[in-house]
Amino acid sequence: MTKEAVDTSVTTVRARAKLSVKDIAIEYAVLILLGAVLIVLAILSPSFFTFANIVNILNQNASLVIIAAAGTFVIVSGNFDLSTGAIYSVAGVVSAWLAVTLGSVWIALLAAPVVGLGLGAFNGIIVTRLKVHSFLATLASSMIFTTTAVLITGGSLITVTTPGFTILGRSRIGGIFIAVFVLVLVVAIFWVVLSRSVFGRHVYAVGGNRNAAELSGIRVNRVLVYVMTLSGLAAGVAAAIGVSRISSGQPLAGAGLELSAIAAVILGGTSIYGGVGAVWRSVSGVFLIALIGNGFDLMNLNPQLKDMVTGFIILAAVGLAAAGRTRR
Amino acid sequence: MTESENGDSLVELHTVSKRFGATQALDSVSLDIRRGEVHAFVGENGAGKSTLGKVIAGIYSADHGDIVVDGVPIDRWNPGLAQRRGIAMIAQELALVPDLTVAENVYLGAEHSTFGMLSRGLIDRFDALDSDVGFGLDGHAKVRDLRIADQQKVEILRSLARNARVIVMDEPTSSLTAQEMSQLEELMRQLAERGCSIVYVSHFLDSVLRVADTVTVMRDGRRIETTPSESVTKQELVTSMLGREMDQAYPIRSASPTSDSAPLLSVANLKTNTGVVDMSFNVRPGEIVGMLGLVGSGRTECLRAVFGLDDVVSGTVGFDGREWTGRSPRDSIAAGLVFVSEDRHKDGLVLERSVRENIALSSLGARAASGFVSQKREKDVTLHHARALEMRPLNTELPASWFSGGNQQKALLAKALAAEPKLIILDEPTRGVDVGAKRTIYELISRLAEEGIGVLLISSEHEEVIELAHRAYLVSDGRTIDQIVPAESTVEDVLFRLFHVSSGEESAA
Repeated sequence: MTKEAVDTSVTTVRARAKLSVKDIAIEYAVLILLGAVLIVLAILSPSFFTFANIVNILNQNASLVIIAAAGTFVIVSGNFDLSTGAIYSVAGVVSAWLAVTLGSVWIALLAAPVVGLGLGAFNGIIVTRLKVHSFLATLASSMIFTTTAVLITGGSLITVTTPGFTILGRSRIGGIFIAVFVLVLVVAIFWVVLSRSVFGRHVYAVGGNRNAAELSGIRVNRVLVYVMTLSGLAAGVAAAIGVSRISSGQPLAGAGLELSAIAAVILGGTSIYGGVGAVWRSVSGVFLIALIGNGFDLMNLNPQLKDMVTGFIILAAVGLAAAGRTRR
Repeated sequence: MTESENGDSLVELHTVSKRFGATQALDSVSLDIRRGEVHAFVGENGAGKSTLGKVIAGIYSADHGDIVVDGVPIDRWNPGLAQRRGIAMIAQELALVPDLTVAENVYLGAEHSTFGMLSRGLIDRFDALDSDVGFGLDGHAKVRDLRIADQQKVEILRSLARNARVIVMDEPTSSLTAQEMSQLEELMRQLAERGCSIVYVSHFLDSVLRVADTVTVMRDGRRIETTPSESVTKQELVTSMLGREMDQAYPIRSASPTSDSAPLLSVANLKTNTGVVDMSFNVRPGEIVGMLGLVGSGRTECLRAVFGLDDVVSGTVGFDGREWTGRSPRDSIAAGLVFVSEDRHKDGLVLERSVRENIALSSLGARAASGFVSQKREKDVTLHHARALEMRPLNTELPASWFSGGNQQKALLAKALAAEPKLIILDEPTRGVDVGAKRTIYELISRLAEEGIGVLLISSEHEEVIELAHRAYLVSDGRTIDQIVPAESTVEDVLFRLFHVSSGEESAA
């Protein structure tokens, strides 16, 4: 037994390093910022903490939150999806077209997620079969998708007058928009799947060390197809909410959404290199950006400065996280 | 095809061949892995031993030939299928997910779940497994924060967690201390007694002879011989591996420089926040100075700080007559102080780029006054160094990833030499390198010293330091505790003293 005693003294088993206040602050930077903005807004504007305002913020950001929550999977897996905005456009346009053509609200609204799922799977197959980096693959596919949306509408709007079509975007239950319920449900599912499921664990593994994942017997390509499909599906669900709200199909409705979603995911603290991140982070990221915007509205500040302030906050948050990460 | 009525064979290979580009890595190799044996593959780098292990574990697929598992020929073979058949691999370049915890890595790809949701009790399962083998790892720790030796243990636990019947270990001991190595050997014996077969791919012939039941010698992609390990000596193995007699492992030590010459590097009371507490040492021109210590003693950390990779908290560094505390790596290289890191993949080479670009990387500035790289000169200089180091194949246009471990190490050394150093820091210069390449590297080290270059050498193979260095420092817990003259010392003495200090026990050596 003396031998064993020597062995353990030689082995450098590192105990879990104690987290300092600084570490915790960096780890939860997005929540701290979110809390700070909430407090500032509550003090500066009496109309901020009203039921109507909160429900509005949630409702307005439902689509973006859903896309960003799924985008977390993509970025944790070490990939990018630059086509979510384009998928959103196509899915919305198809939905509007079906509503006008068939007159069935349900088929029309269900079509959006189905289209999203299909286009997402298409991305996944390009990424894995053709071995094109997801950044390029989705950049290219977004062009294809956007043009498809333009072709479907003939370049104009498809206005939907079918009764009941606005149910997802404008109807409320108990004063709360249905979109908000969808948001909560989708986020809850994504959260649990990423943090608690075998699939989620594999997403982290693929993003953290693809080679290790492969050698562990994980079917990496399958994981990637699922991840891209999930992202497309989320864009489709978001599109159903969006098209229902404005009750018209617009071929450029989703332009720029993909970058807003990626910005929110990164602002939340998910690593752009993959392997690290969480759904709650992305959700917090979306709302941090949204609250800054809301603050501009409530305080009648020059809305043109909104993006600039958001840009600086993203830089500050990401810079802080990078500074905290400097280990040898 | 299954004339193998031998119920003892777990895995059989029949005339397996594998080609990479122009290299015939395996040439019609037939082999049996029997139940409960430790079967070692030895050979020079590039002999195909590692490739053979990877074919067994499904990481490479064979071009020709058959693999038979449990008497049944396999038609499809990949890591996942191999694992389901109970064959696991511990790769030389560890394959772990740095941001997942130890326990998560151990069960990666073999998660316990209900309806796709992860089951609770991961840590309990991990702790049970860990205490079974007595590693004492913390299941909650992030793999990123572990030392290489501990990461290796995670890999071993990983294959045990899958109830592997065959574990292929590719150079598992190359980053372990002597103590950890014997711990691992004991574990291999234990596993073999439980009926688990171990394929042990290794350069350490002493270790192979201690632990293996059967030894297969590979050379140029062919199986040269398979013998019970008790009926063969180290010398016979070396001869068989090389296909010729090996004269001597180490070159003759060059004359020590006169002790009155001014030191090239002098470090006093160095302290960093990476584990160096108080280290003082110096190196004279033309002198090979070794650092002897256990993994985690602060050897590497101290030299990183000297080079400028880590911050110096207090203490002084003087180099070439100048104050050298807190310089950047760039300054150091420009002044002739170069560092060859222990992890050639992580810190050393840009694997996708050609060997030429890699060699020229840190000396690029000097060769490109105009801001453009002179291709011609770069080619000449890099080829000169590659030739001097006997790189194989001698084609500097191939990407670094094409070369075997030993040749990648040579490329790394060539890169350091291309910077025309006055002092070169070598951290584990022969890790994962075969006998022949080792000899080339040893000769290089001696030659550098003869040319007046100072060499700081760290090696977990204490024998290397003892055989090569003019002087050596003993390092423990971040301090330089003593200075020795290796020519008058033995590995046993050194180990005794290091363990005596670090554990306060005397039973170590």
